[in-house]
Amino acid sequence: MTEIWQGFLKAVELIITFDREVMEIALRSLSISLLATLIASILCIPLGGILQFYFFTGKRALISLIQTFYSVPTVLVGLFVFLLFSRLGPLGGLNLLFTPTIMVLGQAILITPILIGLTISALSGVDKSLKDTALSLGATNTQAIITIIKEARFSIISAILLAFGRAISEVGCVIMVGGNIRGFTRVLTTAIALETQRGEIELSLALGLILLLISLTVNLLLNIYQQRKV
Amino acid sequence: MRLSALFHSLCVILNNMRIRLNKYLTVPVGFALLIMSMLLWVGSVNHINNDTALSTRRIRLATTTSLYDSGLWEILEPIIEKELKIELDIIYAGTGQALEYGRRGDVHLLATHDRVEEEKFIQEGYGARRTPFAYNYFLLIGPDEDSAGIKGLKVVEAFKRIYTQGQINPESVRFVSRGDNSGTHSQEKRLWKIAGFDYENNIRSEKWYLEAGSGMGPTLLLTDQKKAYTITDKGTYLTYSNRIKSTPIIDKENELLNIYSLITLNPDKFPFLDLITAQKVNNLLISDKIQNIIAEFGVQKYGTSLFLPGAGVDFD
Repeated sequence: MTEIWQGFLKAVELIITFDREVMEIALRSLSISLLATLIASILCIPLGGILQFYFFTGKRALISLIQTFYSVPTVLVGLFVFLLFSRLGPLGGLNLLFTPTIMVLGQAILITPILIGLTISALSGVDKSLKDTALSLGATNTQAIITIIKEARFSIISAILLAFGRAISEVGCVIMVGGNIRGFTRVLTTAIALETQRGEIELSLALGLILLLISLTVNLLLNIYQQRKV
Repeated sequence: MRLSALFHSLCVILNNMRIRLNKYLTVPVGFALLIMSMLLWVGSVNHINNDTALSTRRIRLATTTSLYDSGLWEILEPIIEKELKIELDIIYAGTGQALEYGRRGDVHLLATHDRVEEEKFIQEGYGARRTPFAYNYFLLIGPDEDSAGIKGLKVVEAFKRIYTQGQINPESVRFVSRGDNSGTHSQEKRLWKIAGFDYENNIRSEKWYLEAGSGMGPTLLLTDQKKAYTITDKGTYLTYSNRIKSTPIIDKENELLNIYSLITLNPDKFPFLDLITAQKVNNLLISDKIQNIIAEFGVQKYGTSLFLPGAGVDFD
């Protein structure tokens, strides 16, 4: 118990004193995961829309496959990206392994299934008659779809939040493709893993609390946004 | 004439396809086209990024966990970066993983501690040279009460005794292994072999033999909890010594020698890597300046140095 308390005190201390290294790591964590979430969202939400509103062969199988990938182990994604971008791998010439760029990519791939899947769920949760109403009021097909997406925006925002949470809290993928290089690719989760290994338990706890604080802030901001819209 | 006929038939085909596509296949075909164009793009840019084409010289060094956990690289990294005006990326990996990074050309330089594997790495043509740069001794640690009674024995004898005592009383005499193919793990396997056991068949199946499958720190905690014996490097043991009750029982014996070496890569095998700069890092690490820093490292914190300078020492 004393260790947990000490960790808490250490977290407060690190935040108040604006410890440079910790702030750098926290900022890096935040920017990498935000960027990954942003990129994945831009690609996946329209994709989810396509999958929901268009019919084609193999659609059900594809959706089941996507849902299976909700539980893909982060290390497996890491390994996949690692093998792809390793110097002797198919994309090795890009020289991206062990850089922040590849970490963004890894996290984006990791959260893609969640974003697509939850977008589909969000859209299918909207009242079926809405589309017909919109169409009967003279909307084009595209306009009707936009109406539905607007209606489902809160569920979609929740999906984005969940995806961001998975991105910023995962360690397996970023440690594999980023290499946990100090001052370059070290993020909060990999720092926690390292400090635990080194026996710096208080520091690990403090870093964990800071990560939670970041998530809290992001959540609050989105909540405020949601409430203003309602 | 022929060309326009071709064009015409193409239009007809496309037109037919469009009608069919609209119904069922738009999305899958769209995906396939997207992926194909991505692959084409990648194919066209895949070979342009040689190390020499980059604006900053970035040297990646994969280091074994025990060296990193001690904090040594945090002292050495800024010195090397300043001296050579490069970016040095220290990547944290067990010896096995570090060698794998080397085999794939993902790093420029290795710092590992497993002589057999290192020599194999060079023989296979991946590595160029192995240069010892620091060393210390592994410790055999165990519970205070020394349940197997190995105090005062040579380490090989101690291993034999742990084996016999473990078979008699597997509840009180236990051995925890890293079980992760790290340098420490191969040292342990080597000791079992010298003691006359077949590691895979005699040891791993034993009830008193536990495999942690994790880094040195967690392995020490497990060892302490189980009141077991284990082999550990000195640095990690000192870092954890205030958290665990286990104490060193056998220390400073030739069989426990732990040599940290730098391995440079073979330029013929990896022409795209900037191995000239990597060689400069290698040379700087075995220079007197850095060797002195290694000798002093940890004296202030633990009252004893963690590593002895290993450049130029004859270990044979």
